[in-house]
Amino acid sequence: MAILTKHEILERSPTLLLIASFTVVTVGGIVEIAPLFYLENTIEKVEGVRPYSPLELTGRDIYIREGCYTCHSQMIRPMRDEVERYGHYSLAAESMYDHPFQWGSKRTGPDVARVGGRYSDQWHVDHLMDPQSVVPESIMPKYAFLARSRIDGEYVQDLMETHRFVGVPYTDEMIAAARADFTVQADPDADWDALVERYPGAVVSNFDGEPGITEMDALVAYLQMLGTLVDFSTFTPDASR
Amino acid sequence: MSQHEIDEPTGVDTTGHEWDGIRELNNPLPRWWLWCFYLTIIWGVGYTIAFPAWPLINGATAGLLGFATRAEVAADIDRYAQQNAGLTSALAKVELASLADNPDLHRFAVANGAAVFRSHCSQCHGSGAAGAVGYPNLLDDDWLWGGALAEIAYTVKHGIRNETDDDAHYSQMPAFGDLLEEEEIAATVQYVLQISGADHDTTLAQDGAALFEEQCTACHGEQGQGDRSQGAPNLTDAIWLYGGDTTALTATITNARFGVMPAWGQRLSPSDVNAVAAYVHGLGGGE
Repeated sequence: MAILTKHEILERSPTLLLIASFTVVTVGGIVEIAPLFYLENTIEKVEGVRPYSPLELTGRDIYIREGCYTCHSQMIRPMRDEVERYGHYSLAAESMYDHPFQWGSKRTGPDVARVGGRYSDQWHVDHLMDPQSVVPESIMPKYAFLARSRIDGEYVQDLMETHRFVGVPYTDEMIAAARADFTVQADPDADWDALVERYPGAVVSNFDGEPGITEMDALVAYLQMLGTLVDFSTFTPDASR
Repeated sequence: MSQHEIDEPTGVDTTGHEWDGIRELNNPLPRWWLWCFYLTIIWGVGYTIAFPAWPLINGATAGLLGFATRAEVAADIDRYAQQNAGLTSALAKVELASLADNPDLHRFAVANGAAVFRSHCSQCHGSGAAGAVGYPNLLDDDWLWGGALAEIAYTVKHGIRNETDDDAHYSQMPAFGDLLEEEEIAATVQYVLQISGADHDTTLAQDGAALFEEQCTACHGEQGQGDRSQGAPNLTDAIWLYGGDTTALTATITNARFGVMPAWGQRLSPSDVNAVAAYVHGLGGGE
């Protein structure tokens, strides 16, 4: 067992030890991380998934800023009770344009992966303004200030370019039209055909019911599209994945 | 430094490692621990053979047991669906008016409906179905769109004023702030307070009566008793969806209200829709 005594060589040379440790970690990474980039069940293409519209993307930033993910997950696990309560289990493709993903790791509140369309816009506004007004047993804090915080999408093009930099396929046309799309999505009276063509399935609504665009509009626009992009009446996931 | 020697006080061999005169004893690991360790290694190898594990070109090894998370959840859901298959298919196509004639099916519907209500309806209508401001109380006998079992089922299935279902109930109250003067609205408010039996200003209410006749009766009826075909609420009772004091009524008439309910037929199965309708119908106000 002469090899067992050789560890002294590693232990006495910090440089060698560093190189050897790095090699071991690399092997672990190659086995555990690298396959995620090519295995079919993590990269399967799903019809309907599209990048976020400018207003939704802004709402997503507010969702992250307010730390919603610390209490709400966006990950319906493949278990019967979750599927019965929240809807079809989440697919990897549904978060393919999320940088970073919002799966979360803890549910103090319910999962919101498929909250889109489940309640009215007015409910979301009432609930964010004062959660206890509609759900008395809720312990969620109030977010009424969002309705007073006006936004105009000043930086939305930069935001989209950043997302494009990390791989979201925003086209030049999308980025050029970003400011217009941002405004139009919260105004049902405007001409929003081009917006819906660029972002199929985008919901156009005056989300907070007030004139002008606030952070409330953006956040509700984001919440109302969560989990709505894949049509599960026509898509059946491969059972073996 | 690497000199093995016996430690005298304990009689145990040393590893030969020494730090500032402190030497390390070479006590062996307990046998039971060592064998458990070897067993976990053997078990780990077996586990990766039995279950999906090793990454290959496009997928991973499937494992001898053929386990797949997605297949398992599908089978699990299917198992429960099979157990209630007779009841759910009967409930999906039952003539709702005669549901009560079939006690077994009715009991199943109410129990199942209670579960559906808690996961999908309680967020707006409250876990006890007492509603909230803007979200109707389902315990009373005041119905906007009808309280018969089939009417409740229709409302659940298609929803109200949503954009996703063409058969959704639809009506829209005008925002009278654009049509009437503030004094006229104030007078109408007093008249509405009068017909609902609340304290009011009699003189103003007289002016309001004429305005009500002119502007409101087409939907709310001659006496303000409401019209379910348009979802126009009864104004003569003490039940208010958005509040019945002067401030709330002024806001309602000035800006109008536009309550939206999603079309649950797009999310729930036909039997779940009927089940939750049966549950709501049985809460106290069903007709």
